[in-house]
Amino acid sequence: METWSLVSICVLLCVTVRWGVSLNSYSGAGKPPMFGDYEAQRHWQEVTYNLPVQEWYFNTTDNDLNYWGLDYPPLTAYHSLLCAHIAKLINPEWVELHKSRGYESSAHKLFMRATVLVADLLIYIPAAVLYCFYLSDGSSKKKVCTLLCFLLYPGLILIDYGHFQYNGVSLGLALWGVLALGLGWDALGSMAFSLALNYKQMELYHALPFFCYLLGKSVKQGLMGRGLFLLVKIAVTVVVTFALCWLPFLSDPSQALQVVRRIFPVARGLFEDKVANTWCSLNVLIKIRSVLSADSQLYLSFACTLLAVLPSSIRLLTKPTFWQFKLALVNSSLAFFLFSYQVHEKSILLASLPVCLLLNDLPLMAIWFLQASTFSMMPLFLKDGLLVPYVVTSLAFLLLSTYLFSALEHSSEDELRLGGYRKLFFCLPSLDLACIVRWKFYISIVAMAALTFTTVAMAPPPRLPDFFPVLVSVFAFLHFLGTLIYFNIVQFSSPPSRKSQKKNN
Amino acid sequence: MLFICLLIFFVISRVFRVFLHSTDFEVHRNWLAITHSLPLSRWYYENSSEWTLDYPPLFAWFEFGLSHVARRFDPDMLDVQRLQHRSPPTVLFQRLSVVCSDLLLVFATRECCRCVREQKPSRDLLKRPSFILAVLLLWNFGLLVVDHVHFQYNGFLFGVLLLSVAKHLQSRHLQGALLFAVLLNLKHIYLYVAPAYGIYLLRSFCFTQDNTDSSVRWSSFSPARLAALGVIVTSVCVVSFGPFVLLGQLPQVLSRLFPFKRGLCHAYWAPNAWALYNVLDKTLVTLGVRLKLLQEAELPKASMTGGLVQESQHALLPSISPSVTLVCTLLSVLPAALSIWLRPRGARGFLRCLVLCALGSFLFGWHVHEKAVLMAVLPLSILAVESREDAGIFLVLATTGHYSLFPLLFTPAELPIKILLMLMFTLYSFTALTSLFSGHGSLLHPLEVVYLLGLVVVAIACEIVYPLTPWQQTLPFLPLLATSVYCALGVCYSFVRLYVILLSETEPSSLLYFLFSEIK
Repeated sequence: METWSLVSICVLLCVTVRWGVSLNSYSGAGKPPMFGDYEAQRHWQEVTYNLPVQEWYFNTTDNDLNYWGLDYPPLTAYHSLLCAHIAKLINPEWVELHKSRGYESSAHKLFMRATVLVADLLIYIPAAVLYCFYLSDGSSKKKVCTLLCFLLYPGLILIDYGHFQYNGVSLGLALWGVLALGLGWDALGSMAFSLALNYKQMELYHALPFFCYLLGKSVKQGLMGRGLFLLVKIAVTVVVTFALCWLPFLSDPSQALQVVRRIFPVARGLFEDKVANTWCSLNVLIKIRSVLSADSQLYLSFACTLLAVLPSSIRLLTKPTFWQFKLALVNSSLAFFLFSYQVHEKSILLASLPVCLLLNDLPLMAIWFLQASTFSMMPLFLKDGLLVPYVVTSLAFLLLSTYLFSALEHSSEDELRLGGYRKLFFCLPSLDLACIVRWKFYISIVAMAALTFTTVAMAPPPRLPDFFPVLVSVFAFLHFLGTLIYFNIVQFSSPPSRKSQKKNN
Repeated sequence: MLFICLLIFFVISRVFRVFLHSTDFEVHRNWLAITHSLPLSRWYYENSSEWTLDYPPLFAWFEFGLSHVARRFDPDMLDVQRLQHRSPPTVLFQRLSVVCSDLLLVFATRECCRCVREQKPSRDLLKRPSFILAVLLLWNFGLLVVDHVHFQYNGFLFGVLLLSVAKHLQSRHLQGALLFAVLLNLKHIYLYVAPAYGIYLLRSFCFTQDNTDSSVRWSSFSPARLAALGVIVTSVCVVSFGPFVLLGQLPQVLSRLFPFKRGLCHAYWAPNAWALYNVLDKTLVTLGVRLKLLQEAELPKASMTGGLVQESQHALLPSISPSVTLVCTLLSVLPAALSIWLRPRGARGFLRCLVLCALGSFLFGWHVHEKAVLMAVLPLSILAVESREDAGIFLVLATTGHYSLFPLLFTPAELPIKILLMLMFTLYSFTALTSLFSGHGSLLHPLEVVYLLGLVVVAIACEIVYPLTPWQQTLPFLPLLATSVYCALGVCYSFVRLYVILLSETEPSSLLYFLFSEIK
């Protein structure tokens, strides 16, 4: 069979799975007064369609910011506006000011789901296909396998098509950025990434590696000659892109300031709900939020994040290769997720994207992490009534990816790049590290299954109603911490293999 | 090898646990309730729901078994009076039961794949006929749509059929016969292919030897084998129908199983010969009225697409009665049956005859449902991976047959699913079969390609353009009509092509000679 037909079958399969998930419930379905993210997106369509641009981010009589006020950068708002125009054509009731609040109908659900699918088809899926074909190595069949697993990653599908969000857009734009950088089109890449940043501020998790990679590359080319030209070109691109996105808000400084204030809601606290990051997990032992003042919490998290990001960034700065760049993306986004301020459980998707990029290089570790990341959002899926899609897609992803990459067979110490650990634990030379990793993998998968089962089947102890969510988040946190350490060690230890060197040329 | 198919198959089927409201969903819930809460004597009399039990007793026993599991999910669904009961646990249970019963299909597929002949074993998994067959069977668009999006237990039933075919391919005829007897008692629609089984078993199993010119050697008849077959078939029937015979309910059961009061065609015309016949009738009437040859008032008032199941009359052409369809069906399968009687070509000949029987009954049967085309498509998959010509026919038949299932799913939410699944299956079958038989030119004749491309035009016109036009309100049945007529052409064509292959293998002269000698 030709490659094109395999690829189209893969894409069709992934789209089918996406649409299948989207037939399920969404967040906050039939739960007045606040509903959920679905209503938030619909509300933004209503607001952007009916109000002038100047009022979008301000609390006015027509725009109650306490009811799902816009808190994403302008590109999200424009996207909502575009969707609103289409919605208006189909059924004006969907975006009527005030009256449409909490509007729910099967036709509207279909419309909203379709907008997600269209955005995905236009941005995320093409980027993934191109990435797998141009920037991952191996035979064409291997590339198809990578593509299939990449697109079947359950976390993103469940959040976008089940819970309801447009992560595919921002992640897709970031992926276009990675793709362009990998192919050597630095200006285009930085433009795509700026657009991603303007779609969701959370893309800042990826900003540092992009910055370091481009800076390092320019420095390498000589800061006086071609490097400077490259740097200026990139800077101009970024500034122009930002200016274009923010054009309506630039006329008045108070406007821009208000947008920034909405985007970074410092007042919302160190963390909300149960997130699998350091602060929430530490909270089990020490109640940080009552011990420290709000400001010191902010500084503490800032300092910790910086410390965690620094090593990989510096490494990337000195060695700006594409392989390092991918690893730095993982490290930076994970560090942000684990240590930064006001993190959502959904932000783990930002770390999952770069891990997906590594599926072909470090299959076992990538699969393990992706599985854990989906698992960390399990309480959310349960709340949205997505238990069955969650179980099915994650089981399918686990089996399919381990089978296609033969991840468990290809898990020698070399292939897992455990050399760094060997150096760290030089006192224990006799241990078979690869075997330990494999066993840890099995145990962790079984534990995830068991935890999912108990959460669904058993009532929590009466004194601790949040017992299971906390357990899930602490368990996932351990995985994420381990992954962060692992990828840092890989980034520092492994001399990039011949394959990845070839890629950079 | 099978692992991956199986897995993907499960993903797909499970993700579609949609809260669908198809009628068949309520049908099976009602049957669960009937078999669970009523005594045996009431099973075939109960009619508080319009969806009365109209499958043979063995299937009722199957539902009875399921109902004991269902009780743990939601006891309310087992109440006969609770019509349209649709709680989430009920839906979950029903969907799960389909998936679990499909395991039999997976097993049957594995057995079939073992029987596939491979000319030169390819190292490339994707080019192995057995792999392609596995995908074609497990991923079959029709089965996915009918079972998992709509709601029925066809996967399980086809599992039994394919298993029985596989047993015949492996020359384990008694097991094959047993399975087929069970199948007939699960769903009597498989009577369509019974002629193939009957003739084949009689000819190739009960006669142990052939003459040198492969005509039947009467002296080699083995009564023991016939008796064994008879015992098997009778005992299965006794187990299934026995209790009802004892209760004296056999006529009632049979009247439920064969409801000849329904019309010639289903509400949506299956793409068969009668669809063409109906259209011819309508066209003639319209032409007649236009040309002032006919008076509109004189014509019988009848609408054959009235929506509900009802009897209809033709205006100009003679109306068709059940007996006419029976004769047509028998005539259409007669040459195929004769051919395997005269020139038995082993299990493959039998398989071809089976496909022809299924197609013949589909084309000429009374009140045929469009889903019945799967009965020809699935067994033909086995032939398709072995021979080039069959592959070409398979592509035409599968594509048209599957497309004709489109009207089964009509809600907007299902539109993407059916299009995606159809595209996926069609793309796979075309590319996989082409690469399997690569190096000998195209599998399809250019005209066939044009016909199949026309299907795309029909699809776009019917699914997307037509609902936007004002005619949707006045003539809502026109797209259905266009679909069934266009697909009927393809199905008839495949039927003729299959016959041509079959008869070119037998010398036609011997067939004619046989016929004449019989008449004398």
